[in-house]
Amino acid sequence: MNEKVKDKSKKNGFKMKSENLDFFYGDFQALHDISLNFESRQVTALIGPSGCGKSTYLRCLNRMNDLIPISRVKGKVLLDGENIYDPSLDVVMLRRRVGMVFQKPNPFPKSVSENVAYGLRVNGIKNKSFIRERVEESLEKAALWEEVKDRLDDSALGLSGGQQQRLCIARALAVEPDVLLMDEPASALDPIATQKIEELIHRLKKNYTIIIVTHSMQQAARVSDRTAFFYMGKLIEEGETDTIFTRPKLRQTEDYITGRFG
Amino acid sequence: MANKQHTKAKTMQSLFFCIATASVGILFMIMIFLFMEGIPLFKIVSPNDFLLGKYWYPTSDPPDFGIFPLILASLYVTLLSSVIAIPLGVMTAIYLAELASPRVAEIVKPVVELLAALPSVVIGFFGMVIVAPFLQKTFGLATGLNLFNAALMLAFMSIPTICSLSEDAVYSVPTGLKEGSLALGATHWETIIRVILPASVSGISTAVILGMSRAIGETMVVLMVAGGAAMIPGSLFDPVRPLPASIAAEMAEAPFRGDHYYALFATGIVLFLFTLLFNIVADFISHKYRQVGEASL
Amino acid sequence: MMDGDKMEITKNGFPDDRSETGEKDPNQTGIKVMKTECADSETEIQKAVKKLQSRRRFTQKFLFGLFRCAALVNGLALLIIVFFMLKNGISAITWEFLTDVPRESMTKGGILPCIVGTVLMSLGGILVAMPIGVASAVHLNEYARPGKMLRIIRLGINNLAGVPSVVFGLFGLAFFVTFLKMGVSLAAGALTLGALTLPVIIGSTEEALKSVPNTYREASLGLGASKWQTIYRVVLPAAMPGILTGGILGLSRAAGETAPIMFTAAVFFTPDLPSSVFSEIMALPYHIYVLATAGTNIEATRPLQYGTSLVLISLVLGMNLVAIIWRSRLRRKLK
Repeated sequence: MNEKVKDKSKKNGFKMKSENLDFFYGDFQALHDISLNFESRQVTALIGPSGCGKSTYLRCLNRMNDLIPISRVKGKVLLDGENIYDPSLDVVMLRRRVGMVFQKPNPFPKSVSENVAYGLRVNGIKNKSFIRERVEESLEKAALWEEVKDRLDDSALGLSGGQQQRLCIARALAVEPDVLLMDEPASALDPIATQKIEELIHRLKKNYTIIIVTHSMQQAARVSDRTAFFYMGKLIEEGETDTIFTRPKLRQTEDYITGRFG
Repeated sequence: MANKQHTKAKTMQSLFFCIATASVGILFMIMIFLFMEGIPLFKIVSPNDFLLGKYWYPTSDPPDFGIFPLILASLYVTLLSSVIAIPLGVMTAIYLAELASPRVAEIVKPVVELLAALPSVVIGFFGMVIVAPFLQKTFGLATGLNLFNAALMLAFMSIPTICSLSEDAVYSVPTGLKEGSLALGATHWETIIRVILPASVSGISTAVILGMSRAIGETMVVLMVAGGAAMIPGSLFDPVRPLPASIAAEMAEAPFRGDHYYALFATGIVLFLFTLLFNIVADFISHKYRQVGEASL
Repeated sequence: MMDGDKMEITKNGFPDDRSETGEKDPNQTGIKVMKTECADSETEIQKAVKKLQSRRRFTQKFLFGLFRCAALVNGLALLIIVFFMLKNGISAITWEFLTDVPRESMTKGGILPCIVGTVLMSLGGILVAMPIGVASAVHLNEYARPGKMLRIIRLGINNLAGVPSVVFGLFGLAFFVTFLKMGVSLAAGALTLGALTLPVIIGSTEEALKSVPNTYREASLGLGASKWQTIYRVVLPAAMPGILTGGILGLSRAAGETAPIMFTAAVFFTPDLPSSVFSEIMALPYHIYVLATAGTNIEATRPLQYGTSLVLISLVLGMNLVAIIWRSRLRRKLK
């Protein structure tokens, strides 16, 4: 089980990694000693039964869990070799670099283009033509431009669920993150919209490091390069997606993947 | 047996419906009796003269029944008090919903509720005996009982309304929106001003309107603190006589079903219509612009 | 298995304040952006971010400070008012003050008739308002289907809540005192206050009914009980503490009101305690108003004014505190 740690862990070869990460809600320990590496421009899928801690872990990577007053973190998360839990680090800056897409699409009740421009505006960019270019570029990257180019000023709430989710991806891309966290981004969508999101993930990994939580093993198998299996707040096994799905080392992983529990 | 039960259940249902309708019936009764006792005035004064007449001398001979100065006084006092109450109320609401730790909020919320529970006569008394002499001394005024003092006291009566309703509105903004903004690298403040407030603006407007409605109808404070002069005010520190103050102060002396009595009921109609307008607008806003939720699929 | 997976965000506990404390060289924590195809624009964002970083932090700190001040002002207002009433009123409170009738044109003596009048009248008001208010709330929450009718009833009740108290006074004068020929009396005052507190009762009862879990209703209906039996035997008992809390709040509201009783029940002075529901009465709030504005010797009765105010706010705030504490216990239990 500890093989994953020594497994080619060069000093700076990873975009992001966690070292011995523990996470507590009050007295309850939700994550136990998670060490995991994320390679640049790869998709890593986090899988496991619900309640296994995979979403909690994901939310540790951009410190979204800070919002929970009784929570506590031990251990390190390194982004480009720098600990994001270092007290001197500005969490606002961190979240710009580590974008997040949520389970339920959460566009702001603003127009389509204002949604994408939001991150730029809060970062103080006022140049209108720059914002316009960046909005178009981001929507194109999120494969949404063709569908919304004539309704940029309409409310984002009028889009379909799948479009809203791609809008949220475009919104995250607009501030040029390095890493993209996705928390079950397709779980609230129909199969066609899901397929579009998966194609998008495939395209985005050329430029971004993507970490995706999913409860669908098929999805993990389709989109990811590496897969990590969580159970009861522990990281059970991690490796190449092909390996995990065809020749898992551990019995627990095999049981989950073959559907014997979870 | 079963049939009997069924009949009973049906009877109870109709009974409850009737009682609920009766509650609303009281509102209609209020209207009917106000109009019954107020309309006779218009046999001697035209509605136009009544509303726009600049002089209110109900006891001189012949009397003048022009409530324009009273209407203006009510509007000025209400507006000035909102200028104080809206920022304080909304900011406290945001503090409670977004910034305060649960422990602190558990103390601050009851404080706001207790502020709302203070009897208006006590606030009026406080304005009279503490605030008025203070204002008089500090600003060298002829009297501390004036428009400003009344507005200040009224502000603290409408803050609780504005605060608790705004807090509900801010609190019910979906967390998804908030997280979405924070995840894009916005600060907490930027999230509040750009996402949370716009999403709760209809609830906050409703709160503000209801707060103003409370201020315009509040009686004891303006009766005791506003100074009572039925003149169009020239400055913030002039004494004024808002509509409710006029009714409360004069009803005791007005001869039963005389012209003055009718005039006071007619003043009551005007006041009632003002608050009715405020309440209907608030209701309209809260229904028409329902708070936006998370995207529904 | 515990579900730590999807955790609701609770408010506050914001990280921003925490990380703000230890500011260091921004370059050290600055942004090393991955090179992608749009390198130019990245520097633009990067520049903007760096330029604004400290200003954004400062803005937030400054404004959050303002918010805290706003909340503080409310607390101070309450404290100051209560403080002055206590400071100036406590010396007036004696056994005699609470148990004697006013003497020597109200410049001496006590306020017993006012206390009795206020207690009787607000209790009477609540006795009228409770059944009607609770029944209305039961209709709204348990029976009514969404639609035009419900919308109209709600609009009506909201508007009733917004009617100025002095207008209630006019209504009481025209309807109870004149039309029903009750005269200026305890009964007319109590009925007027009943109408005034009705929306308060309806609101709090509805909240209490809403907090009864639907599973209770389903369980009872599933056992073959009729809707009325379910309401009577299951829903109302479960909601009772919340309904009573609302009753206390209504009572305190009724006790503190002045304008509605000025023309309907209260008089300047009557040395006798009320002998029937048609007696004229004295009441605490009206007594304060009279002493402070129209007494024979306003300055000389200041201590009495403060004393009466102190009695009134103790009564009203006391009832409110009881209700608030009771309610917060109830809420904790329901969690």
